[in-house]
Amino acid sequence: MSKKDMRTPLAKILHLGSARSGTEDHVVQRATALAIAPLSVFAVVSIVALVGADYETAHAYVANPVVSILLIALIGAFVLHMRIGVKITIEDYVHTEGLKHFALLANSFFSYGIGLACIYAALKIGFGS
Amino acid sequence: MAAPRQVERPLSPHLQIYRFTITMAMSIIHRITGIGLYAGTALLAWWLIALATGPDAYAFFLTVAGSWIGKLVLFGFTWALANHLLSGLRYFWWDAGLAFEKKTADIVSWSAAIGGVVLTIVIWAAAISLRGAM
Repeated sequence: MSKKDMRTPLAKILHLGSARSGTEDHVVQRATALAIAPLSVFAVVSIVALVGADYETAHAYVANPVVSILLIALIGAFVLHMRIGVKITIEDYVHTEGLKHFALLANSFFSYGIGLACIYAALKIGFGS
Repeated sequence: MAAPRQVERPLSPHLQIYRFTITMAMSIIHRITGIGLYAGTALLAWWLIALATGPDAYAFFLTVAGSWIGKLVLFGFTWALANHLLSGLRYFWWDAGLAFEKKTADIVSWSAAIGGVVLTIVIWAAAISLRGAM
């Protein structure tokens, strides 16, 4: 029944090997990309249409529930996608332990912070008079 | 205690040893545009916050975005998005195990590179023609 363990005894006591979660970043990266692709096209078309528009027009457009929801969905997917993208870049190039953890933390703060700011603003526009 | 003997070990080859290939270039550009877009989300946040704050904040945003440096940054952002989007589509193909043939991979990568530039020009042409000269 038991599968043959290919790990060496040393690897076993060091807990090296699959933790059954190694592909999570990859899967989330592709899933969010799938969401971002059409949503970003919608956002670009919207922004192009709003070029030169005054404040009231732009505000009314973003306040439309469909537009608000699509924008918030885009921001949510964007935040997850960009956090992983920069996370794997840091993991690739920053090898000093302390600096790496600091950079990873800063990355998470920036990504979630941007997401929080955008979503708060979109909700305020949507719920505002 | 003998001092450790210094051995001249071969190093793995670095960037300059490789011939230029479009797949390599697009891989590097994909990462660079990704980081550019990451920083650019601050602009998206600024746009939404300005719109949520009021007419004065929005007018200030439009002034900055409409300046030549603002337009330059937005143009760069547009290209980064177009390139990253088209370049990123290739990964779905490759994840499915398709388009790994050298020639196919090159064609797909060149298409993404050229498509990104074309898409950027189309978006800006649309914006300019919709609102007249900016």
